[in-house]
Amino acid sequence: MAVVTALPHELDPVAGAPRSYWRTVAWRLAHDRTTLAAGTVLTLIVLSAVLAPWLAPYDPNAGSIRLRLAPVGAPAHLLGTDEQGRDMLSRLLWGGRMTLVAALTPVVVGFVLGTGLGVLAGYVGGLANTLVMRTMDIFYAFPAVLLAIAISGALGPGLTNTVISLSIVFVPRVVRVAESATVQVKGLEYIAAARASGAGVGPIMRHHLLANVLGPILVFASTQVSLSIILAAGLSFLGLGVTPPAAEWGLMLNTLRQSIYVNAVVPALPGLAIFVTSMAFNLLSDGLRDAMEIRG
Amino acid sequence: MRKHFPLRGGLLQRTQAWVRAVDGVSLDVYPTETLGIVGESGCGKSTLARLLLRLIEPDAGRLTFGGEDVREASPPRMKRLRRDMQLVFQDPYASLNPRLTMEDAVAFNLLVHGTPRGEARERARALLGRVGLDPRLYGRRYAHELSGGQRQRVNIARALLLDPKLLVLDEPVSALDKSVQAQVLNLLQDLKEERALTYVFISHDLNVIEYVSSRVLVMYLGEVVEAGTAAALAQSPKHPYTQALFASAPSLDPDRRLDRPPIAGDPPNAIDPPSGCRFRTRCAFAMPRCADAPPPLRPVGTAHEVACYLYEADAAEVAGRR
Repeated sequence: MAVVTALPHELDPVAGAPRSYWRTVAWRLAHDRTTLAAGTVLTLIVLSAVLAPWLAPYDPNAGSIRLRLAPVGAPAHLLGTDEQGRDMLSRLLWGGRMTLVAALTPVVVGFVLGTGLGVLAGYVGGLANTLVMRTMDIFYAFPAVLLAIAISGALGPGLTNTVISLSIVFVPRVVRVAESATVQVKGLEYIAAARASGAGVGPIMRHHLLANVLGPILVFASTQVSLSIILAAGLSFLGLGVTPPAAEWGLMLNTLRQSIYVNAVVPALPGLAIFVTSMAFNLLSDGLRDAMEIRG
Repeated sequence: MRKHFPLRGGLLQRTQAWVRAVDGVSLDVYPTETLGIVGESGCGKSTLARLLLRLIEPDAGRLTFGGEDVREASPPRMKRLRRDMQLVFQDPYASLNPRLTMEDAVAFNLLVHGTPRGEARERARALLGRVGLDPRLYGRRYAHELSGGQRQRVNIARALLLDPKLLVLDEPVSALDKSVQAQVLNLLQDLKEERALTYVFISHDLNVIEYVSSRVLVMYLGEVVEAGTAAALAQSPKHPYTQALFASAPSLDPDRRLDRPPIAGDPPNAIDPPSGCRFRTRCAFAMPRCADAPPPLRPVGTAHEVACYLYEADAAEVAGRR
């Protein structure tokens, strides 16, 4: 995926001080076109979602029955209107807000809680490990989609409940990755060397363990964003997520479903938005993984 | 100063079975000597190294350092004691944090003991220079940018930063090329003289052990089978296992070369070692009584002990002279 280019100091071993690790990562990212493109697309999507109140030409929830299902490029409605005559561009912009919040929050929660629990289980080991990991296994026994649907069904629809149910899906996944990374790093000799020098748990965690464990966990979490987008949209599509009339891509896909025979392009737009966003996240996490790799 | 290490390490715990990694090993290390420990892979050498530094807790046994009981030391006292005993690891790749620059990796040990960052870095850089790595070139490098030999120099610098009295070297040169091995060994010898260090040098390579050690301990399956000065062991190895080790060491002398390997097979499982003498299953001189009880370690000469029934007469004679 990424084009591996030699760093200046790799070409000339006697050249001055090499860059720090994170500067190296940034340098690699800046020279990886696919990742740059994905990053640009994502920035635009996030910006458009954040700036939706100022960018949207119309109120996303105000429709006009006379203007139902106007085609793309209709006068005054650049991307047409939906089955209730609401402006599609405005709804897509506002919908992005909702979808991104519903999808990113659970991954962030999963990253924070999952890393905490996983590193704890991996570092302490023994009974703590058994308790944490077997509990996670219970959640792991269900496929992600089924688990999200079951929890959302139990909690009822709404943005908060969507975030809660998706967080429950992502925490165990991150815990697993964090635990295995921790166990692997903990067994390495530089940890033993730090212990032999009299270092306590705190400094070992900060300087040796987290520094080497956070990278892989971060990359894993970034791969989960696209799944989260699809799950969040899927929940709304099923009526378990964001409730109408709020704009959300999955929900829009659902309500426009029957209009596909009248106008095939307009109902496809929310699907396209979901596709492009999750694809961009996937490409970005690929690039991140390549850039963060330590090459010998 | 007196250094004394009577250690009875034993029984490394596993849930189901007991791996007898180190079983009833007693050893003393005297100031400024180099005690070599030699044995096959899996004989408990590395476990012993970690026991000596209290990186793992022994199930039984005593561990004293300069007259102080290390196992009874309070956590703050233990932290102070750790400055006096350091470890150099076998694997130059796993023993350096890939996210730290070399000067930070070395300086970390001083930071732990409360030295300000600037000063710790300065001393780390000076020490990197001492082990042959120009700090201006290598100080800001990461581990993956260094060769195996260079990394091992960094490991040595890290271990020396706290000015230890005792350095446990766990196969410090085994992962290195022969030419680099010689460089690192010479560096270790120079440092030892310069800083009056005491070494516990662990290796499976008899040539290396013979070169660096004043006294040698031969381990087999978690037990000491022979101990003596390096010269005594090289001239007249007593235990059949020691003899086999010497015979299997590569030699430039064609007369010392063998057509057949002196011992065959792998060592028995440490979870369920043979009764009596643990070497009897591979020993060419095994007698029925070897299965009954393990032979004790008995002196057979000046500063030379062996645990084998073949030398009972010699042992009795030495005992009689006393």
